[in-house]
Amino acid sequence: MKAAVSGWRVQRISAMVLAVCVTVHLITMIAVVHGGLSAGAILARLHGNVVWGLFYALFVLAAAAHVPVGLRRIAEEWLGWRGPSVFAVSVLIGLMLAIAGLRAVFALTGGPL
Amino acid sequence: MTPMGDKRLSSDTNTLSVSVWRGDGAGGKFEIFQVPSQESQTILDVVVWIQQKIDASLAYRYACRVGMCGSCAMTVNGRARWTCRTHVTKVLRHADDVLEIAPLNHLPVVKDLATDMTGFFDKWRDAKGYFAGQRTRAEPAARVDPASPARKAVDAGIECIGCGVCYASCDVVAWNPDYLGPAALNRAWTLVNDVRDTQQQARVAAISNDAGCHSCHTLGSCTERCPKSLAPTASIAGLKRLNGKAPQGALE
Repeated sequence: MKAAVSGWRVQRISAMVLAVCVTVHLITMIAVVHGGLSAGAILARLHGNVVWGLFYALFVLAAAAHVPVGLRRIAEEWLGWRGPSVFAVSVLIGLMLAIAGLRAVFALTGGPL
Repeated sequence: MTPMGDKRLSSDTNTLSVSVWRGDGAGGKFEIFQVPSQESQTILDVVVWIQQKIDASLAYRYACRVGMCGSCAMTVNGRARWTCRTHVTKVLRHADDVLEIAPLNHLPVVKDLATDMTGFFDKWRDAKGYFAGQRTRAEPAARVDPASPARKAVDAGIECIGCGVCYASCDVVAWNPDYLGPAALNRAWTLVNDVRDTQQQARVAAISNDAGCHSCHTLGSCTERCPKSLAPTASIAGLKRLNGKAPQGALE
């Protein structure tokens, strides 16, 4: 199973998603601030917006897939920590990132105002 | 007396202090030898002199002594080099520098300066670093256009002598013992570009995993140190660009 989902493939595909997400996120952020929208106005616009909700959910999932592979490489190459234990811990960190991130996305776009 | 004569009388310029690694897989230490300095002397000359004149038990490996066979690579003052083509003067820049000769990194030591290259060449095999053709000797030789991009890519990497200098210089090999290494991946790249080869799918599968080309961090030590001035870094970049897929029109 490990051969089927090689780390490098996960890393590369998630990196492609992240490249798009980070670009859109930064451009939007800069444009919004230059447009003079207040934090309250931004929150009001995001609330209930399915498209932005899905966009940021994808962003979070891509980061949650990308981070464990990189952390695992650092652990393996710099600390000499290999095997199932480092795999399990790295995936756990990814899951925690996914939960924290998705919770934030829900708070922004779907949760109570 | 001429200035030249004065120089020759000085023991500093006449004798080299050489620190040589003695030991085996279990451990060892450096041993100092005094070797007469000679013009155009190579590191291999120094090692041979020690073994022939001082200590016949010194173990090392060489064959051609003209930079063809790739068997005499050692770590010279911290850097992997082909010893038969490295002049002492290239390594020692200052009068009181000590020459330090050790076995190659990342390979088990058999004895003294001789390393066990088995793992290194096993990885060539694992990377499908060998040719498999279709034609028999009864058939005419395949025609390959020397000007084609694929053939030019082969040319860029084909002169490898298998000395192991790149492998001993690669930090990723040190960090990840499974990593196939620059030499095996460079060989795989020359075969990926060999239009006659029939095992492209298997080769790309063999090198597109976490022990293969995608583990390379593009540190560039292999390219920096290669005595044949090859660029394994560029070959590995070519393999990465395959994205795990065999080249178009590959034979099966």
